[in-house]
Amino acid sequence: MSTAQTTTETTLPVGLWKTDPIHSSLEFSVKHMVVGTFRSRLPDFEATLTVNDDGSALLEGVGRVASVVTPDPNLTAHLQSPDFFDAERYPEVRFRSTEIARRGDAITVTGDLTLKGHTGRIELNGSIFGPVVGLGDAERIGTDLTGTFDRTQYGLNWNAPLPKGGFAVGDEVTISAHLEFVRA
Amino acid sequence: MPDVRLLGISGSLRSGSHNTRLLRAAERELPEGVELRPYERLREVPPYDEDEDGDRPPAGVVRLREELARSDGLLIATPEYNQSIPGQLKNAIDWASRPFPDSALRFLPTAVVGASVGAFGAVWAQAEMRKVLAACGARVIEGEVALGHAHERFDAEGNLIDDEALEQLREVLGLLVGEIRVREAATL
Repeated sequence: MSTAQTTTETTLPVGLWKTDPIHSSLEFSVKHMVVGTFRSRLPDFEATLTVNDDGSALLEGVGRVASVVTPDPNLTAHLQSPDFFDAERYPEVRFRSTEIARRGDAITVTGDLTLKGHTGRIELNGSIFGPVVGLGDAERIGTDLTGTFDRTQYGLNWNAPLPKGGFAVGDEVTISAHLEFVRA
Repeated sequence: MPDVRLLGISGSLRSGSHNTRLLRAAERELPEGVELRPYERLREVPPYDEDEDGDRPPAGVVRLREELARSDGLLIATPEYNQSIPGQLKNAIDWASRPFPDSALRFLPTAVVGASVGAFGAVWAQAEMRKVLAACGARVIEGEVALGHAHERFDAEGNLIDDEALEQLREVLGLLVGEIRVREAATL
């Protein structure tokens, strides 16, 4: 018989929360050559979570696509080019939630992703923990969120056919956000 | 006084080139405030050699890179050799793409047109040229002019006499200049 307690909290802690940039990360992955998974990060980003007294909440984030790096400078440059992110014309990727639903440690965030001049609705699912009082006495909450979108819906259309069928890069992109918020 | 400067590169070296004529036709169809300077020294770009691609590249390469750096956009007219890009043109783009990625081609608005004596107007060479330019980081516009049977499309003075092709050419130039103006507005 389990004695583990589970929380059934359905609200978020009221206040303004900002990401700790050192302990937060934003990653994306896509299938490569059909069989593999290519992962990369967008290190230059920040997010805020605003929770109002009435329980309503807003999660907003912005990232600079020029910060995307890979182990290969040629690939990094290609990702910055108009074939992919087009960093010159669309330097930022943005997210703004339209609905946040929490049940215990589980959370679903629905919102609008703006990438390369296109905006589309996506759903992020994951977990949320806290608040706790961390080192330095600052209150912290953490959330791990993941979701998918079709990159071709955002104008990131580059691809190359493989010799016996299939394409070099998958259309579905998985994003993973690991956000550690500090009360502002 | 033009405020938009295009560089035009014909991928054909011969004096009676249909693609060079196509570029000249483009010069006569430019939107207001736009100039197109033909790059006439393609022959002077040596074969690509990484040993030469250092602090003191060959003079023909320096000129090409300088001309590109002075330009707001690039218009390439390519013939089709053996279903692909002529070697001299591809070679020049390879030089121009260096140093990678911060070359003069990076984010440079670029359009590709083409002429051939066959029926299809160098469509394969154009497609491959666009792919190469995109790989170099250029901002390649979608428009196309595929001038087939090119030997029948110019009069004795070299004027393009195909109204449909002229309209396509004006459309491509409009798209190219539009991209340049968007880019300029963003950097003001």
